[in-house]
Amino acid sequence: MDFQVIINNFHFLILQGFFGVGAFAGGTLRLALPAIIFGFILGTCIGLARLAHSQWINLPALIYIEFFRGVPLVMVIFWFWFIIPVLVGKSLPEYSVALTAFVIFEAAYLAEIVRAGIQSVPRGQVEAATATGLTRFHMMRQVILPQALRNMIPALVTQFIVLLKDTSLASIIGYVDLTKAAQIVNNREIRPFELYLFIACVYWLCSYAMSRYARSLEYRLSQRTA
Amino acid sequence: MDYQFNWSVLWSGQTGAWLFQGLITTLHLSALAWLLALSLGILSGALRTMPILPLRWMASAYVEFFRNVPLLVWMFFWYFGLPPLFPQGLQDWLFEHGAEFWAGVFALGVYHGARFSEVIRSGIQSIPKTQFEAALSTGLTVLQAYRLIIVPIALRLIVPPATNETLNLLKNSSVALTIGVAELTFQTRQIETYTAKAFEALAAGTIIYLGLCLGIARLMARVERRVAIPGLIAQGGTSAL
Repeated sequence: MDFQVIINNFHFLILQGFFGVGAFAGGTLRLALPAIIFGFILGTCIGLARLAHSQWINLPALIYIEFFRGVPLVMVIFWFWFIIPVLVGKSLPEYSVALTAFVIFEAAYLAEIVRAGIQSVPRGQVEAATATGLTRFHMMRQVILPQALRNMIPALVTQFIVLLKDTSLASIIGYVDLTKAAQIVNNREIRPFELYLFIACVYWLCSYAMSRYARSLEYRLSQRTA
Repeated sequence: MDYQFNWSVLWSGQTGAWLFQGLITTLHLSALAWLLALSLGILSGALRTMPILPLRWMASAYVEFFRNVPLLVWMFFWYFGLPPLFPQGLQDWLFEHGAEFWAGVFALGVYHGARFSEVIRSGIQSIPKTQFEAALSTGLTVLQAYRLIIVPIALRLIVPPATNETLNLLKNSSVALTIGVAELTFQTRQIETYTAKAFEALAAGTIIYLGLCLGIARLMARVERRVAIPGLIAQGGTSAL
C-alpha cells in the first residue's frame, strides 16, 4: 500500500475530477449542480401536472414518473448517448448528454417530492386562499408553493445526495468526473486499492456532511411546525 | 431523422439468446445480492436498535460508510481494488471463477444491505416499545425477543419500503456492466455493437426492466396484503410501482 499516489495526483483528482477545473470538460459538481437545478424546475412542472384535475394532464405525468422510476439510470444514460446523435444529426459532448440524461431522469424523482410537498400543505390553506378570491395560479404561487417548498427542503437535500452519487455513472460514457479521474490515474499508476478507497472517502465526506445537514433541517422544521 | 427501424434484429441470429442470458444473469445477480443485502440489513438494522452501545456504533458505522459512497465506486473497489491485496494463487483462482460476478454480488449486496438496514430500523422503531418490554417480561432474553417477536413483526410492517429497495437493487444491478458482468444492460449494448441498431436494442432492454419492476411490484402488493397485521396498518396502500 502506497498512498503517495494520492498526494501526487491530488490536484488532478480533486480539481479536475471533483470540481471540473482543468483540461477536460468534466467534474462531479459541474454535473450535479445544474442537474439538480434544472431537474427541480422540470420536476416541479411534472409534479404540478401530476396533481392536475384533468386526466389529459395528469396521466402523461404519471406515465413519465412511473417510466423513469422503473428503468435503471445506466439504461437512461445509454438511451441519450445513442439517441441524441440520431435526433440532432451530430454527436454532442459527453457533458451535454450526461446533463440531459440526469435532468430528465431526476425530474421523475423530484416530481414525487414536489407532489408530496404540495400535498403536505394543510387543506385549510387552500380553502382560505380560495375564500380570499385568489385565482388558482396565484394561490399556487403565493400560498401553496412557498409552504410546500419549505417542507420539501430535507427531501431535496437527500435527493441531491443521491444525484451526487449517481453522477459517478456518467463516467461510463467517458465524462471525466471524480470516478473517471481515478480510473485515468489508475491506468497510469496501477494503484486501484488506494485510488478507489480515496475517492470513496471523498464521496463519503460530501454525502455524509449533507445527510447530517438534511437531518438537522428536518429537526428544525419539525420544531417549527410543532 | 433518417433512422431505419429493423425490429427483427431482436430475434434473428443470436440476439434473442443474448437477451435471455442477460435477463437470467440479472436475476441471478440480483437474487444473490438481495439475500446478502437482506441478511446484512436485518442484522445491522436490529443491532442499531438494541440497547448495547458498541454494537449500535458498529452497525451505524457500516450503514453510514457504505450508504454514502456511489455503488459504482464500490464495484470498482471490490473488483479492482481488493484482489491485488490477496496472494497471487488466490487471485488467479478468483479470476478463473468469475470474479466479476462475485464482486458484483458483494458490491450490490453490501451497498443495499446498508439501505435495507435503514428500512428495517425504522420498521423496528415503529413497533411500540411495550412489545419489547412485554417480550422481556415473559422471560425472553434480548436476543430471543428480537428473533421471535421484534424482527418478525418489523418484517411484516416494512413490505412497501422493502419492495422499493428491492426494485432499486434490481435496477442498480445494471451498474455491474462496468466490471464486465454480462447482465441485461451489458447484453443490450452488445446487441447494439453487433447490429448497430441502438434504438431496438435499448427498447428491448428497457421493456424487460419495466416488466420486471411492474411484476415484482404486483407480487409484493399481494405479499403485503397476505402478511399485513390486521388492525395495525392500512391495507393495500402501495402504488403500482
